[in-house]
Amino acid sequence: MTKKADISIVEERSLDPFEAAMGLGDVKGRSPWEDAWHRLLKNRAAVISAMVMAGMLLLVITGPWVLPWEADFTDWDHTSAPPSLETGHWFGTDAVGRDILVRTLEGGRISLLVGLVATLVSLLIGVTYGSIAGFYGGMTDRVMMRIVDIIYALPFMFFVILLMVVFGRNIILIFVAIGAVNWLDMARIVRGQTLSLKNMEFVEAAEACGVRRMDIIRRHIVPNLLGVVMVYVTLTIPQVILVESFLSFLGLGVQEPMSSWGALVNDGAQDMESAPWTLIFPAFFLSVTLYCFNYIGDGLRDALDPKDRL
Amino acid sequence: MIQGHGIARHALQRLLGVIPTMLLLITVVFFLIRVAPGGPFDSEKALPPEIQANLEAKYHLDEPLLQQYFRYLGQIIVLDFGPSFQYKDWTVNELIAEGFPVSLTVGGLAMLLAFVVGTLIGITAALKQNTPVDYGTMGFAMLGISIPNFVVAPMLILLFAVYAGWLPAGGWDWSLQRMVLPVVTLALPVIAYIARLTRGSMIEVLHSNFIRTARAKGLPERDVIRRHALKPALLPVISFMGPATAGLITGSVVIERIYAIPGLGSYFVTGALNRDYTLVMGVVVFYGLLIILMNFLVDMLYAWLNPKIRYDEES
Repeated sequence: MTKKADISIVEERSLDPFEAAMGLGDVKGRSPWEDAWHRLLKNRAAVISAMVMAGMLLLVITGPWVLPWEADFTDWDHTSAPPSLETGHWFGTDAVGRDILVRTLEGGRISLLVGLVATLVSLLIGVTYGSIAGFYGGMTDRVMMRIVDIIYALPFMFFVILLMVVFGRNIILIFVAIGAVNWLDMARIVRGQTLSLKNMEFVEAAEACGVRRMDIIRRHIVPNLLGVVMVYVTLTIPQVILVESFLSFLGLGVQEPMSSWGALVNDGAQDMESAPWTLIFPAFFLSVTLYCFNYIGDGLRDALDPKDRL
Repeated sequence: MIQGHGIARHALQRLLGVIPTMLLLITVVFFLIRVAPGGPFDSEKALPPEIQANLEAKYHLDEPLLQQYFRYLGQIIVLDFGPSFQYKDWTVNELIAEGFPVSLTVGGLAMLLAFVVGTLIGITAALKQNTPVDYGTMGFAMLGISIPNFVVAPMLILLFAVYAGWLPAGGWDWSLQRMVLPVVTLALPVIAYIARLTRGSMIEVLHSNFIRTARAKGLPERDVIRRHALKPALLPVISFMGPATAGLITGSVVIERIYAIPGLGSYFVTGALNRDYTLVMGVVVFYGLLIILMNFLVDMLYAWLNPKIRYDEES
């Protein structure tokens, strides 16, 4: 299983042990990041998923520019046309003659954008909140985490639905609503990690030098959270995309003429009996994206968190 | 883990923790829905002002906000969710009594299915770790987690109702036929989660010392699994049942809409779109309570099953 890695270690060992011990020669120690990187590359599912996602990103970003159709162009000669090469609608068209391929790609832009931005919002809140709670400890920590516990017990989805109903369907609000409700897990994980970091020598050293607490958090704690946070971010993005599609599916997400995968699946589900392609293509893109993100997240977790490896 | 506390005391503490959660839930929902533009009596043609005033007086909408809030809190304590704004002549309690049994049936069956199938798949995968069976089932489990149920549902309808014609595409009459598709759709992601969880914990348990001992004393592998490994391996699944309930409830909102099931979830969506304040709040509070209660029960069950957590004082 780990043949390649073993060979490279053996090669390193075979150098002059004295030189190696003295730190001379070209023996390079492997940083934990390099280790993690190698472990990640050995995870075939994660690597393939990452490549598929890269392809997906490229397609979604460049596709709408390259393709001859506009997302809101209605081709009256071909309404509800099945996928075909001759008409130029490779994925077919919907009931009003809009090209499904272009709409799927444009919808993907929105879905992925929502996924990224809302994750960033939750990242920002979660890391700030969690690291402060963990680092200050004591009463501050207890009160802050109690608040998280209380919010955690709320039926989150119902809140997002309510938010959308109350404040209207506005894309910025989708970012904020999802991000603002999704930071709880991040805060918990970051706090746990901070607790184990704050007793390390380098933090003590910084404290001894008289660095202010907020600066210690910013300069010493947060950078060391990177690994955990990265894993969590890759696992949050698909969750957020899912929530957004869920809202759009209920008709509470992005509004026409904008579209997202969820909204397209909803549209497609209405005409699926007469034009199943309007459902199948967006559904496929959405599912592949979620699938890949989950595998990348899993791979990252296995790579960065050697404790969990069996 | 928690020592020096009796299980009763722990239970009491957990129950006390429920109060601020519920209070926050009610407060946020109450004020959020009041801020919403548009009122429950908005319609195409404007009502005469006298009628509007009478309506508002009847539902106490003319009172100061704070007074309404405390009135509502007083009602909630006795579990009275008030009259519905949209479904005239219905109280929210009646609507919940109407919709919840349907949702509970679908959700309960889905939970049961997920638990049985999920653990079976998980155990099989764990026993065949790193074989094609393991990779295959876990690949499928990942699919189950990744593909949203509002994608699965139309696909299943397309396959089994439209093309094959074996099952009805939707509707509800308490017959098993109409339950199959919604229950399966709702259960799929939970099956996937439980399978992954069970696999992980089973593998961990199988590596532990007491399993080695059981094997060393010559127990056949089947008995090792059944008598020794199963219970500790299922503990994480038990604690997952809290979040799973929340997931099933959320999922049911979409599933009930797709399959045209008259459950509480579809009431919620209609209520939210029509600004039926009392109905929406009733459903959120009701489901909130349910989730909190479920988490509490799961917590207690977990403590009771897990020998590592003993809240008894005598030890």
